[in-house]
Amino acid sequence: MTTTTPTLPWVTPLPAGRSIRIGIARIGVEVTAYFRQVDTVFFTFLFPVLMLAIFSTAFSSQDFGPPDQAISAAAYYLPAMLAAGVLLSGVQNLGVDIAMERSDGTLKRYGGTPMPIVSYFIGKLGQVFVTASLQAAVIIGVASLVFGVALPTTAEAWGTFAWVFVLGVTTSAVLGIAISGLPRSGRSATAVIIPIALVLQFISGVYLSFSLLPTWLQTVANVFPLRWMASGMRAAFLPESFEVLEPDEHWQLTTGILVLGAWLVVGLVVARLTFRWIRKDG
Amino acid sequence: MTRTAVEVVGLVKHYGGFAAVDGIDFDIAEGETFALLGPNGAGKSTTIEILEGYRDRTAGEVRVLGVDPRRGGLDWKARLGIVLQSTGESGLVTVREQIAHFAGLYPHARDVDEVIAAVGLQGRERVQIRRLSGGQRRRVDVALGIVGRPALLFLDEPTTGFDPEARRQFWDLIRGLKAEGTTILLTTHYLDEAAQLADRGGVIAGGRLVALGAIDALGGRDSRVPIVRWREGGAIREERTDRPAELVAAVARRFADAGGEPDELEVIRPTLEDVYLDLIDAHDQSTRPATADVATSGSETPA
Repeated sequence: MTTTTPTLPWVTPLPAGRSIRIGIARIGVEVTAYFRQVDTVFFTFLFPVLMLAIFSTAFSSQDFGPPDQAISAAAYYLPAMLAAGVLLSGVQNLGVDIAMERSDGTLKRYGGTPMPIVSYFIGKLGQVFVTASLQAAVIIGVASLVFGVALPTTAEAWGTFAWVFVLGVTTSAVLGIAISGLPRSGRSATAVIIPIALVLQFISGVYLSFSLLPTWLQTVANVFPLRWMASGMRAAFLPESFEVLEPDEHWQLTTGILVLGAWLVVGLVVARLTFRWIRKDG
Repeated sequence: MTRTAVEVVGLVKHYGGFAAVDGIDFDIAEGETFALLGPNGAGKSTTIEILEGYRDRTAGEVRVLGVDPRRGGLDWKARLGIVLQSTGESGLVTVREQIAHFAGLYPHARDVDEVIAAVGLQGRERVQIRRLSGGQRRRVDVALGIVGRPALLFLDEPTTGFDPEARRQFWDLIRGLKAEGTTILLTTHYLDEAAQLADRGGVIAGGRLVALGAIDALGGRDSRVPIVRWREGGAIREERTDRPAELVAAVARRFADAGGEPDELEVIRPTLEDVYLDLIDAHDQSTRPATADVATSGSETPA
């Protein structure tokens, strides 16, 4: 005897467009969690502000740049700290954050739900955009209001800042996701990722003037994105007369776009191909 | 017609040379609650994680809601509810934020407030998860497992850290889900919990099923024969009998004839826990001679 009550199929297709909707919801969750974690707020969010304050105060008696065009330490370090902030918010923050989430079970839980990986990426990207934008606003605000740095007045300069910022943040965030698979555990994440970020900052013209580095080190730095984020920010915030201090006496913005774009594409491919909710141990 | 929600045939999982799961077969019918029991390291969690799609298997066939977990997509995951063993998440979001966010992942989610009430977290909605006690965090885990209205719910030691009252509440919640037709796969170290909730169960030891069947018939009829126990001549005496009242009367009469009363007289009906411990003990006895030589090397498995 068979009853003919139709049983509903167990698995039915999910509605379209949910990846974007869930991704936007994730941005809210990510940003909320970010600002509730005091140590990330301090070490990632406020770190560049702190460094700007230290450099501006320590070198307050020195002038930077060509003798007749010299500017204050605060004005000189403003673009460098903006670039560092973008790198920290993306690569360092996300690299450590995702490695932690993988080892504490957060990602394992997500992996057991119908959360699309793309939505998770959108959430992280959105978190970096929100936090990096606020961070940039704080850095620029402190430079201008506390240290009296004259901000650019041309639309061209702000336009340069805008694209360097957007391209830099996107590339950094994607590279942060890509690099998060590198540490074997959450505990080792800071030990693996912070030195990478630190070395990049030293060779890319953030703490040390790029023109003072030996040519071979400049060549090494040319391969990495931070050097181009830093020179892009300098192009936006430093006086035109500073261009002669750059390699080949040129900002090389087009090269910057190409290098950052290449890292963005490589990062996207690596992130999408290597990202796993959990490490399957065989 | 009842469908089979979970089908496991000849499941094997090796880690290096070690067989964590060594040939397991069982089915779970739609709407059934199935308890997978066994000591730590017996292969329970490996088995359940293969069914959930977290781990790949070495050999065997597995179907979960008609799908091979290795190929389970998001649409398949949308019909599962997974309560993992407790985790150490940072818990920076509040109870309500977390449950509402997870509700948004599922096409036919339950009402968030109903779920909060069902797991007994009313009044704690606005507390960040990291500030909850262990038992309360576990309730959040359970809430996240049921919020998507799963057809199949995995519960891996769900009541760890619950006080007795919270466990009773949890049992009521699970009975409610059963009444709605949810299929449930439960692992637990609380045998009374399995006896209360499960329809069928399996006992796993050393990567193999040593018993499988209706939860109140596990271990066979003989293992459930009542035991009459009393003290006589300074020693404890024990006898298994299907007619305990008769035996008690006989013992009492014997003592009464001598003008006394048997000390510590009791009738014991073996609980699931007694049956379970006998099964694990029997398994240990049977494997000890075979594995004694390789026990220290760790990587070898008996042929």
